[in-house]
Amino acid sequence: MKKRSTFLLSVLVFGFAFLYVPILSLIFYSFNSSRLATIWGGFSVKWYGELFENDLIIDAALLSFRIAAVSATFSVILGVLAGLALSRFGRFRGRLAFTGMITAPLVMPEVITGLSLLLLFVSMEDLVGWPNGRGVTTITIAHITFSMAYVAVIVQSALSGMEENLEEAAMDLGGKPLRVLWDITLPLLTPAMLAGWLLSFTMSLDDLVIASFVSGPGSSTLPMVIFSKVKLGVTPDINALATLIILAVALGVICAGLIMRHQARQKYRL
Amino acid sequence: MTEFKKPIVGDRPAFDSEAEPFIDIQGVGKKFGVFTAIDDISLKIYKGELFSLLGGSGCGKTTLLRILAGFEKPSKGRVIIDGIDVTDMPPYERPVNMMFQSYALFPHMTVEKNVAYGLRRDGVSKAETRERVADMLALVEMSDFAKRKPNQLSGGQKQRVALARSLVKRPKVLLLDEPLGALDKRLREHTQFELMNIQDKLGITFIVVTHDQEEAMTLSSRIAVMDKGNVIQVGTPSDIYESPETKFTAEFIGSINMFDCQVKESGRDHLVAHCGSLGQDFHLDWGVAVKEARQLWLAVRPEKIQITRQAKAGQGINELPAFIHDIAYMGTHTIYRIRLANGQILQATTPNLRRSSEGERNLTWEDAVFVSWDPSSMVVLMK
Repeated sequence: MKKRSTFLLSVLVFGFAFLYVPILSLIFYSFNSSRLATIWGGFSVKWYGELFENDLIIDAALLSFRIAAVSATFSVILGVLAGLALSRFGRFRGRLAFTGMITAPLVMPEVITGLSLLLLFVSMEDLVGWPNGRGVTTITIAHITFSMAYVAVIVQSALSGMEENLEEAAMDLGGKPLRVLWDITLPLLTPAMLAGWLLSFTMSLDDLVIASFVSGPGSSTLPMVIFSKVKLGVTPDINALATLIILAVALGVICAGLIMRHQARQKYRL
Repeated sequence: MTEFKKPIVGDRPAFDSEAEPFIDIQGVGKKFGVFTAIDDISLKIYKGELFSLLGGSGCGKTTLLRILAGFEKPSKGRVIIDGIDVTDMPPYERPVNMMFQSYALFPHMTVEKNVAYGLRRDGVSKAETRERVADMLALVEMSDFAKRKPNQLSGGQKQRVALARSLVKRPKVLLLDEPLGALDKRLREHTQFELMNIQDKLGITFIVVTHDQEEAMTLSSRIAVMDKGNVIQVGTPSDIYESPETKFTAEFIGSINMFDCQVKESGRDHLVAHCGSLGQDFHLDWGVAVKEARQLWLAVRPEKIQITRQAKAGQGINELPAFIHDIAYMGTHTIYRIRLANGQILQATTPNLRRSSEGERNLTWEDAVFVSWDPSSMVVLMK
């Protein structure tokens, strides 16, 4: 085996330490029996038990997952439509402006997005009476607005990487445009749609700033609950919660990786 | 220019002025913004032909093919296929199928499903679809691969599937975009003959786009040579090769040696032209309708040139002293680059009829030789 450079090795170790020591310490302290979050008092899983008895946290987690699932689904639908329009509609008037506008939420500061959505919802309620107050609906709509931009970008890049002639070939063989979309384009976009859905889901789960702006009474998402609890001091049950979330995310990433590896193998097998 | 040549009429409708064209391209032009892809093209293609559109990149050949398929709308002109004006017909209603250069097989479907796609869209019954797909896969010898996905196939296999997919609907016309472009040399030659056999068997009119003159020559019944959005010449492969009408055609197909000449004597059955820089007269034994003193190009193909050590006995018509400048041994033949008195380099090829044996001295660099050719083998190209 080739001798590896000590310099490269230490850079690697340092880099990974930088990324993972905070997370590992969090996992480590979630098994701390002491009530003080940063003082080791022996091994225990009692905080996990306490976590599941804390209705506030469990409700918030369920709400967050629900919002994330709904907003991710709608983001994929709208994002795919936008992505198709951007790359398959040809050169329509103002296409450049449209491309710029759809990607603007990617760089817009969250505070501004949140504030502008809040203003929109308030004035809409005044004018048309919907959405009635702020809560789950407004948070979901807000999450759809920013994550559909990500989906649109992913879909657009998947479409530009797709072999151009496939849709033409289907049309040549007698497929009308909508049929071709259903038979050829959408099946080939499945990986992009899946990636977009997962990304939207995690971003929705993660969002604190925008949700804080547009949420109402009784609609606190998990990040909002955690944030408000931490303001009173870090408690070990939060560590336990974070560990569970990390576990879920890691499982998701591993599954996605396995699926992708399987696909890549099929692709190159002869 | 009029050549005194009889048109051939017979089983080839292209030469029968009475025949109805199957595909009639009438004054088609296509502009993309300010760029003119096709200037003005009119072509008549007949039933059962294997017609090639030959030209370099950017000559408009692919655009013309896409207009026939219906992917592009011409800016002007009409396209008529089998008596029906298809100019405004969308691709999915045309009686035309296309085989793409990239094959464009649907990666998420098996070979079988790929081939069946067109039939399913037409609402053909399941039983009939299965039968026709199986027949077509048998024709292209891909029956064993029916359940495979395209990414599990080699380039040649993909090409066969693409061919089967575009033929299964029994189109009136099959369009092929650089059908052999992605195959290696050995496979190309094999596939070339196979394509011709299949075309012969099914009697479908093929239109092939290619930049490869060899491919066009071997495949086609007729070739249209294209340049800058126009058709320069239409004819059989031998017409195009032996009687090119323009300098572009002559130079695009094979190699050719040109002499800048002035007409000295023009008669019904002969022509004599003088090449000033060589101080040499060239003789043709057929007449061309040109006035005396007219400037023109005389051209001769490399394989028509004979190389001899001694001047031939006789009057020395079309014979020039020269030196061997360069030699390239190609196995089947040898290419000589020959330097004339005025420094012009001629290219000549001679077949290697015998194995060279010991003791026999081959021509070598800087040997003094004579080049000559028959008065019938020269071509006149107008300036």
